[in-house]
Amino acid sequence: MIYIDEEFCKGCRICSEFCPTGVLGVSTTLNSKGYYPPVVEQAYECHGCRLCELLCPEFAIFIVNEWLDEQAG
Amino acid sequence: MLKGLIDPEFFEAFTSGEADESQHLPVYGTRDPLLGLCPSEVEEESGPAHHRLLRYLRKEVLPTTFCVGCGGGTVLNTFAHAIDEMHIDPREIVCVTGIGCSSWIPSPYFLCDTLHTTHGRAIAFACGVKVMRPDMKVIIIAGDGDLAGIGGNHLIHAARRNLDLSVFLVNNFIYGMTGGQVSPTTPFGTRTTTTPYLNLEHPFKIADVVAAAGGSYVARWTTYHVFQLMESMQNAINKKGFSFVEIISQCPVSYGKMTGTSDPVTLLKQLRDASIHVDDTDGMSEEDLEGKFVVGKLVERQRAEFGDGLRQLISERRESISAELDRGLRQDTSALETGR
Repeated sequence: MIYIDEEFCKGCRICSEFCPTGVLGVSTTLNSKGYYPPVVEQAYECHGCRLCELLCPEFAIFIVNEWLDEQAG
Repeated sequence: MLKGLIDPEFFEAFTSGEADESQHLPVYGTRDPLLGLCPSEVEEESGPAHHRLLRYLRKEVLPTTFCVGCGGGTVLNTFAHAIDEMHIDPREIVCVTGIGCSSWIPSPYFLCDTLHTTHGRAIAFACGVKVMRPDMKVIIIAGDGDLAGIGGNHLIHAARRNLDLSVFLVNNFIYGMTGGQVSPTTPFGTRTTTTPYLNLEHPFKIADVVAAAGGSYVARWTTYHVFQLMESMQNAINKKGFSFVEIISQCPVSYGKMTGTSDPVTLLKQLRDASIHVDDTDGMSEEDLEGKFVVGKLVERQRAEFGDGLRQLISERRESISAELDRGLRQDTSALETGR
């Protein structure tokens, strides 16, 4: 499951641009700081590679492993 | 402080020192006591509201003060992941930094012992820490202006000395915090604030300099290669001896404004496209590699570590000096006994 902490996001779009399977898009609504956070558009495409989690400079997006383990096992 | 986001009861207990210490490192998936109720948590009742690695960070200073899309945040994120995967207690780590944007990566954000030192002298302070506390893992995270520019001599002589330090140099090609002045690693032909027409100096290939100076482990990655960088950081921390990882990073604000684009995504794509792995460079000339970043593990070698040698020398000398003193004392005693 992809979790997005919208209040930590600064809207740099690195996660949505570098996602290998195009899971993430950019939200149309602002967060309280005035940035456009990402949104999960195609959750079924996520392979759980964690690239977005590692590339995010603000700890604003993260993937919970248990869900992926369940899917795999 | 994040106004309005903090649980007032816990904050009061925390400031008066009555808070339960175990609440400082929240268990994975639980609500964070320092950040309190977050608006995103209100909407999303199920699942964790915050990143699981926030337990490695000082939450009172979050969100970070890095600019939008700064590579420093990515380095902090990767470093926290590396420490988490290695199962190191953060209390066994000392992070030493200098001055600059990149020095803000561990101090104040990373929750361990941090030493924020004067400009360029991070390695000098770290040498002192490591010699006196060999049980601690001493990690230096600082920028190119700090380690390669102001403290360049400390860097090459620390590599020559081969003390067991891990140095992560975040190279963003510029002095970002002070407004974008030219640094020793600024590429040839770039415009900066202090070279508004053209930079005619050729950059330091700082990882190659450290490799030539005698570093035990030298690698170079960019902020795009996060998984390789994480593995490299773990190898550097585990390696006995001077280990050095150069992390080429994007600076969208100070570097980007003078070089055409301030978009972090474009800058990161440029770093990705300009990277070439060290194994693929066989037979390539200097001209072919102009403007490219050779990434990968450059050097790994085994050399005698300075701290071990120093402690062995001290114990040997201590024994020989005490033996000399004993001998001298016996002579004195025998002289007294013979009545001379």
